[in-house]
Amino acid sequence: MVVCHGPLAQALVHAAEQISGLNGALVPVSNTGCDRDTLEERILAAVNGRPAVVFVDLASGSCLVAVLKRLRSEESVRIVTGVNLAMLVDFVFHRSLSPAEAASRAAAAGEKSIRIP
Amino acid sequence: MSIVLCRIDDRLIHGQVVIGWGRPLGINLIILVDDQVATSPWEQDLYRMAVAPEIEVRFVTIAEAATHMTEWQANGKRGLVLTGDLDTMAALHAANPEVVHRINLGGIHHRPGRRERLPFVYLTDQELRTLHALEDGGAEVTAQDLPTTTPVALSSLG
Repeated sequence: MVVCHGPLAQALVHAAEQISGLNGALVPVSNTGCDRDTLEERILAAVNGRPAVVFVDLASGSCLVAVLKRLRSEESVRIVTGVNLAMLVDFVFHRSLSPAEAASRAAAAGEKSIRIP
Repeated sequence: MSIVLCRIDDRLIHGQVVIGWGRPLGINLIILVDDQVATSPWEQDLYRMAVAPEIEVRFVTIAEAATHMTEWQANGKRGLVLTGDLDTMAALHAANPEVVHRINLGGIHHRPGRRERLPFVYLTDQELRTLHALEDGGAEVTAQDLPTTTPVALSSLG
């Protein structure tokens, strides 16, 4: 799941699908037009009780608060902030790993992709 | 100058508040009034992460805010009072009508029963009546998400 401000999650998921050729592995969730309760409901509906890695755009703010409020105590869910495209592309090819392992890999891939060339 | 903005925003502390309003108004104190967040240290830590270190953030209950509002008004800091809902702001206005005088509707989003009045303001008819009652009681209520947009008078919302 990718939870972001405005249309960012949809755009990231679309781009990751275009690059990887794998569709349906990522579910975008936007905070557009919803209050805290509605955003939490959107997040719960998207996870739907399944093991998941939840990618969030900022390491603070309404998206992360909503995700943590609803999912921080879920054993089978891991949360990664600072989502970028490199992270998501790595993740879609390693979905068979546990959420903890996939989250760790994706975070490392995302960090590696940040450079000043 | 002390309390310079009283804002209702159901997302509480986020970019629009900290950057959009905080920078142009020179805010150096944010008072978040929310009974639930006031008892949740992990949520407070998260909200603090969204705020530059030079800005002080206080998390208080409605009762604490009502008691300390006059003190904050006089402490020389440029303060922003933030609530997540209309009833909390109405309670603060009732307790300190002179300090909580101008009320900014910054983000009240969709939920069942509410109708769109502006893209960032959804209100039930009862909530609209509550806001009109606040104005009848002397408050000035306008809707404005960012300082770069034009404030919308309550009378335009219905």
